[in-house]
Amino acid sequence: MKILVCISKTPDTTSKIAFKNNNAQFEDAGVQWIINPYDEWYTLVKAIELKEKDPSVILHLITVGGADCDAIIRKALALGGDEAIRVDTESDDSYVIASQIAAVAKEGNYDLIFTGKETIDYNGSAIGGMLAAKLQVPYLSLATQFELNGSEAKVTREIEGGEEVDAVTLPAVISCQKGMAEQRIPNMRGIMAARTKPLKVVPPVAIEALTHIVAYELPPAKAGVKLVPADDVATLVKLLHEEAKVI
Amino acid sequence: MSVLIFIDQSEGHLKKASFEAAAYGAAVAKQMNTNALALVLGNVADGLTQLGNYGISKVYQIQKDIFNHVDAQVFATVITNVVKQVDASIVIFSHTQTGKAVAPGVAVQLKAGLVTGACALPQNDNGFVVKKTVFSGKAFALVNITSPIKVITLNPNSFGIQMITENATVEALEVTVPNATIQVVATNKVSGEVPLSEADIVVSGGRGLKGPENWGMIEDLAHVLHAATACSRPVADAHWRPHHEHVGQTGVQIAPNLYIAIGISGAIQHLAGVNRSKTIVVINKDPEAPFFKAADYGIVGDAFEVVPKLTAAIKEMQSK
Repeated sequence: MKILVCISKTPDTTSKIAFKNNNAQFEDAGVQWIINPYDEWYTLVKAIELKEKDPSVILHLITVGGADCDAIIRKALALGGDEAIRVDTESDDSYVIASQIAAVAKEGNYDLIFTGKETIDYNGSAIGGMLAAKLQVPYLSLATQFELNGSEAKVTREIEGGEEVDAVTLPAVISCQKGMAEQRIPNMRGIMAARTKPLKVVPPVAIEALTHIVAYELPPAKAGVKLVPADDVATLVKLLHEEAKVI
Repeated sequence: MSVLIFIDQSEGHLKKASFEAAAYGAAVAKQMNTNALALVLGNVADGLTQLGNYGISKVYQIQKDIFNHVDAQVFATVITNVVKQVDASIVIFSHTQTGKAVAPGVAVQLKAGLVTGACALPQNDNGFVVKKTVFSGKAFALVNITSPIKVITLNPNSFGIQMITENATVEALEVTVPNATIQVVATNKVSGEVPLSEADIVVSGGRGLKGPENWGMIEDLAHVLHAATACSRPVADAHWRPHHEHVGQTGVQIAPNLYIAIGISGAIQHLAGVNRSKTIVVINKDPEAPFFKAADYGIVGDAFEVVPKLTAAIKEMQSK
């Protein structure tokens, strides 16, 4: 059983969001970078659990990005995994990123590819579905539970208005969200081991981007809160009804 | 050249977000002087001609039992074939569970640029630039799609619908449908309650409520407002409420017309899940709670006193 986990680098959830160069680029000065929480808490940890259950599982991590991703991928390796692959290119187009991962995945003959449901910076929710289409394997999105049984998997996933339990024959691509696993803190042994685990840097395949971010915008500032005294809820109801027109 | 809008249905009923996607797609078609076509997969009880009210001229329908469940690969292949058949150059989905599952596959099969989570009409004066939410609603990105075919998923509750009085024509399509790639073992639909992602109003409780036994007043308030209930992460982690009610950065992201936060301090991770709400009301006894900075209306006070009074006041207003 070979598993590939897709890892993305994102700004910490508490980062101040600002832009530079005429709003064309994210202002990364002073930003703390983390593993995208969906990739780490629900995706990587689930894959590690599968390997703990069956030590013959081969677990590879992959990221697409420059050398500044290495700290993040080492941190991921400190949690678990046998080796990591970094495709050495940068892009803001999901088609380019998915194509890079698909090229590696095809060569590695993985049985399972895990992605987080989205990154907390670009909020694309696109890589998993694109990978599945590129590799022509089933795609199960928004998984909350996952059980492996030989070459079959049982996946519980969020659908419109509820959940669905699906059976699938591997290989498959799964996007993971809350419920799959719980957050873990890397221990000293893991951190030491991660230093010597292989991190392969591979060149990108030639793919033309289909989209480009031209600029960023910040939402208009809120006008400020209108406070209503606690003993006068009638005024709040009136404001919601007549001013905001939401009830 | 035309605009094709995928209309999602669940158990034979068209989804609310699909009407919004239809109206958005029709507006895109108008910008380009072309037709807005809709595609419905599966057996639908609702009348499809009503999609004309949202600017759709023609609805294509493919009725097959396989479409009762969303198999992402099957849907992506069928939609791709229809796009080719009707010569569509823009494909619109709702950014919902189904849209997120299917649109990326369609984009790859058509080698089309994809923008997910769009929140405004494209700007055509310099390329084809679509505005989307990024950083979990804390910012927007303007994305230029350069490929001949373009795929967009629209954030629910982000586009104002203007209805017209027209009937769409409905035409059955025959296409070959690939074999299922997944096997559905069980479905568990939440019935009776208002689904969180579709609710116009959401009433949400946090740690300030002290325990699950105090959720009755949240449910009462939600009931009079026909609202969905939600909670903050610590509440879900403590198992006071089910995980599917957790809104925030790592839970569900919502954009209702009205979000009422009760006993929630407003950590940045929580705000990331709710900051696209049109109106935010915060009830918290701590005047320094950061949530007040993101709120439109607020009450500094004890939730246990304020909430029952608020429920009563809303009932009174509704009875008038």
